[in-house]
Amino acid sequence: MDVLAQADLRLDAGWVDYALLAVYFVVVLGIGYMARRSVSSSLDFFLSGRSLPAWVTGLAFISANLGAVEIFGMTANGAQYGIPTVHYYWIGAIPAMVFLGLVMMPFYYGSKVRSVPEFLLRRFGRLAHLVNGISFATAQVLIAGINLFALGTVVNLLLGWPLWLSVVVAAAIVLAYTSLGGLSAAVYNEVMQFFVIVAMLLPLTFIGLHRVGGWDGLVDKIAGDAGAQVSSWPATNLTGIGDATLSVLGIVFGLGFVLSFGYWTTNFAEVQRAMSAKSMSAARRTPLIGAYPKTLIALIIIIPGMIAAVLSPELAAYKAGENTGVDYNDAIMLLIRDLLPNGMLGIAITGLLASFMAGMAANVSSFNTVFTYDIWQSYIRKDRPDDYYLRVGRIVTVVGCLAAIGTAFIAAGYNNIMNYLQALFSFFNAPLFATFILGMFWKRMTPLAGGLGLIAGTLAAITIDVLNRAGVLDLAGQGASFIAAITAFVVDIAVSVAVSLATRPKPDRELVGLVWSLTPRDQWKETHGDASGWYRRPAVLAVGVLALTAALNVIFW
Amino acid sequence: MAKKAGLFDLRGILALLFAVYGVVLTIMGLFSTSAEDLRKAGGINVNLWVGLGMLIAAALFALWQWLRPLAIPSEPAEPTEPTESAEPAEPTG
Repeated sequence: MDVLAQADLRLDAGWVDYALLAVYFVVVLGIGYMARRSVSSSLDFFLSGRSLPAWVTGLAFISANLGAVEIFGMTANGAQYGIPTVHYYWIGAIPAMVFLGLVMMPFYYGSKVRSVPEFLLRRFGRLAHLVNGISFATAQVLIAGINLFALGTVVNLLLGWPLWLSVVVAAAIVLAYTSLGGLSAAVYNEVMQFFVIVAMLLPLTFIGLHRVGGWDGLVDKIAGDAGAQVSSWPATNLTGIGDATLSVLGIVFGLGFVLSFGYWTTNFAEVQRAMSAKSMSAARRTPLIGAYPKTLIALIIIIPGMIAAVLSPELAAYKAGENTGVDYNDAIMLLIRDLLPNGMLGIAITGLLASFMAGMAANVSSFNTVFTYDIWQSYIRKDRPDDYYLRVGRIVTVVGCLAAIGTAFIAAGYNNIMNYLQALFSFFNAPLFATFILGMFWKRMTPLAGGLGLIAGTLAAITIDVLNRAGVLDLAGQGASFIAAITAFVVDIAVSVAVSLATRPKPDRELVGLVWSLTPRDQWKETHGDASGWYRRPAVLAVGVLALTAALNVIFW
Repeated sequence: MAKKAGLFDLRGILALLFAVYGVVLTIMGLFSTSAEDLRKAGGINVNLWVGLGMLIAAALFALWQWLRPLAIPSEPAEPTEPTESAEPAEPTG
């Protein structure tokens, strides 16, 4: 983000733009205040009392991920690599979201656990629980800091506020609504943020396409020097793997299977949204409903990035190899600066700020849940009345926001910390996914295997990272995290199997609802009332979104 | 288990937000669009079109809420509460 400072990205915001921004924040805080009335227990605070409808949790599910890393990262990828960026969505996210809805959600929701670490506690016992609880809580605070830092940087660049002031103000706003209204406030604001982001990206895409002469005009201008940028396969420019076949394998297994499945199916900041749904049917539909807009939003994030690399003279020159004081991360801001008049500018600024705040709110609201239930209630202060844990949750929210201000200034000290933490995060998710998959389908897997597998997998990923940094392995960019994720996955499985064979498994009766073969399938089915109608069946929704994704893959081949 | 979390309806808030934004942008588009603004967008009156789009979006949210109002379940333990439709919301704002 350092390079940003060199270019003049200051937006010419007028009083109307500030007014539109102010309206948004009034509504955000109003939602927090109204949501407070519905919080009377810790379950209300941490999981919205499991009462939210599926369209709300579905949109919140993808909004929680639509933070700074996504908006900047994916427009930057669009500008740099072009169409192959769609694999993050159509090979990565969508199949993983379908898998979560069809296969994994029944276990999460059916077992009535309140967090992902708590599922590990039920399945594997304390070692795996504690390892996962602590590493998740730590990761969320660090990532909240990155969202906060990105937010502060943008406010600083766009509006000229000092960095420290924008960081503190943003943290205060997030704190206000998450500590008042808990997850309901966070989720409702995520849904609102989703629509504001679409209201920003959709006009940008259409106006940008109009300026470059439509889709054909864009393809002509990009394909002139780089044909790989306008077709999705084999994406050799994205993976950095020269051989087309290996590149496709890297995308499908590294990005698609291990990294994306790991992220979308075990990351509690995501899964928490589905757990807050009001019924098993709504919980299973949450990722499936979210998958539809996720499929389409790829287009209005990636295409603006591609347009920016053509329309913005600075970015086009940078892409041609000149140093113009901008880089790919600036793509979305250059487009906003160059295309939008006052008024629409205010909407765009609101969309950006809303996105980063919702990203941070997702981190904070999952952090306070895991800290309160999985660390405080499990190991430090057991068996207190429920209102005690509600109070702890509110205090932990304050602590989380203050810690995020601290980690925001740590983030400020690093130039490429976003990539770095994204890598760390995937290292941590890849072994977790391996442990989950094995534990769900193999009832023989033992408690000790759950804990040791996680530790070994994480260590393996860190080893790859260290070797790569030290230059022992020579893997460029994306390739390194794909390989690390695959290694973590394989090592986790190997260690888990070996340890399981040497130790004693839990008896079958303790694993009902936690392991596939021991879970009666009829309790998943809900065919009455709100869950009725063929179009609400998870399988139908899943086939629909997979068909849509396949069609888009063919169109952009 | 408390069912009160659904007491206020997000659709109404979304309708209100986009109605306010839509009115402001439409007025900006009609009365305060400079030649420079038009040039930046290749001749499109951005505020006007986005403003009108937002007004339509606001109307759709209001219509949705009006057609399928949120019902408060009378028996909290009853799993078949007839709350609002869960059709996938159109992502086009």
